[in-house]
Amino acid sequence: MDDLYRDYILEHYKRPHNFGELDPHDFAALEHNPLCGDELGVHIRVAGGRIEDLKFHGHGCAISQASASIASEELIGMELDEVSELDADWMIELLGIPVSATRRKCALLNLKVVRGAITGDHAWPA
Amino acid sequence: MPPVASSPISLDVKADFPIFARRFDERLLVYLDSGSTSQKPQVVIDAVAEHLQSHNANVHRGVYALAQEADAAYDQARARVAAFTGAQPETTIFTKNVTEAINLVAYAWGRANVGPGEAVLITQAEHHANIVPWQVLCRERGATLRYLEVDERGELSLDQLDAELARGDVRLVAFTHVSNVLGTINPVAEMTARVRSAGAVSLIDGAQAVPHMSVDVEAIGADFYAWTGHKALGPTGIGVLHGGREILERMEPFLTGGDMIASVDFQSATWNELPSKFEAGTPMVAEAVGLGVAVDYLSDLGMDRVRAHEQALTAYMLDRLTEVPGLRVAGPPEAERRGGLASFTVEGIHPHDVAELAGRGGVCIRAGHHCAQPLMRCLGVSATARASVGVYNEPSDIDALIDALLAGRKVFGL
Repeated sequence: MDDLYRDYILEHYKRPHNFGELDPHDFAALEHNPLCGDELGVHIRVAGGRIEDLKFHGHGCAISQASASIASEELIGMELDEVSELDADWMIELLGIPVSATRRKCALLNLKVVRGAITGDHAWPA
Repeated sequence: MPPVASSPISLDVKADFPIFARRFDERLLVYLDSGSTSQKPQVVIDAVAEHLQSHNANVHRGVYALAQEADAAYDQARARVAAFTGAQPETTIFTKNVTEAINLVAYAWGRANVGPGEAVLITQAEHHANIVPWQVLCRERGATLRYLEVDERGELSLDQLDAELARGDVRLVAFTHVSNVLGTINPVAEMTARVRSAGAVSLIDGAQAVPHMSVDVEAIGADFYAWTGHKALGPTGIGVLHGGREILERMEPFLTGGDMIASVDFQSATWNELPSKFEAGTPMVAEAVGLGVAVDYLSDLGMDRVRAHEQALTAYMLDRLTEVPGLRVAGPPEAERRGGLASFTVEGIHPHDVAELAGRGGVCIRAGHHCAQPLMRCLGVSATARASVGVYNEPSDIDALIDALLAGRKVFGL
């Protein structure tokens, strides 16, 4: 049994949930992982102060794609205030695998792009 | 199969490099990332330590015996480095790395010689170090940055170079000697001759060439030739810029301050002679000493033997990589047309994951855009994995890579 490439991680990588475009949308952002050139964008539709729907697009490694896919399930329906409070620990815990220092940005790219779209804060989640 | 003597697939020098005594979870170190940085032989490590232990003083300042030893060590290092590449010591400038060497030219030569309506020509296969300084220069000076294309074999077209030069606006052509992604060995002497005939200036990024093959900068005939020590078995923090004497004499300094001056008045200063004019501040003395020993180590091996070894090993690597289903190699298919590296993608596994999976097999390879994002776009990928060899690699290292890649495919259910 592989620590990092668990079955559910690979399943999300091969068939990511909530990937594609969403038009019209209320928020959008596109971010790069400078380490590897990977690219992840998001379209977000909002209703009643909550994320009504969300879709990611772009390309990346198994860790970044699976993170986005897994996070998307939690993010849809979440209040915007709550989203802006999400931190790195939330994502790493949700992912459920030991992420090395060098792969941390892969795991956090989706949260960076979502928070950036909603709050305009483009810092890496701490 | 050719006779073993003409294909020295192992130089049998691993024992000279103490890092290979390390174990990772009891595994041997399989290092296939020499394109990023080389490992260091014991003689280099000892030379740096010995300098710091017994000969350390600042250079060009003291009159006491220890300072003279430090001066002599620094000068001797420069002489060794210049001799290694067929250059003169006075026109061999120590820099921090290739990036600083190229910035030196972009600032000190470029700001004075590239103007509005003129052009800088580079290639699609450049490292960011040989792209961004020219972007900034062109933006500042109202000049245009144009690119020579790389064909599907990873090669440049001399006809396109001629056509670009015929436009009459090109002031400088900058190109890599050996591509750090494609491995392509460019026809540098033919290119510099054309650039010179057109009245333009040439700069070559030799980072991936000098450590791996015999390079004679005078024969190549570039106005500027840059390379770095840490990829050539030397320490980090020491790079080299070779320049033509006349062009260096005509240039204003890049960084200014101590050591690069002849005299300083309250309002003005005059410049020191070459090469000091371009070496502001206390230089990297111990690092230069280490590089001097590194190039002597390479010379003792013989650069033609080093090249033959790496070419044979690359041919072996290209051959064995075909055993991995879904694997595609970028760049020229023939080992004799490329340096000792192979960039590749594996269908269904992102390059980052390829490198992670290789790392579990104890195999160190690089993944990412290799500081060549424009080239990645030309190749239609965001990243590749890259295996690159050095003097210490052996066929068993390639075998370990192939085993790791095949095992990695299984993890991904392929």
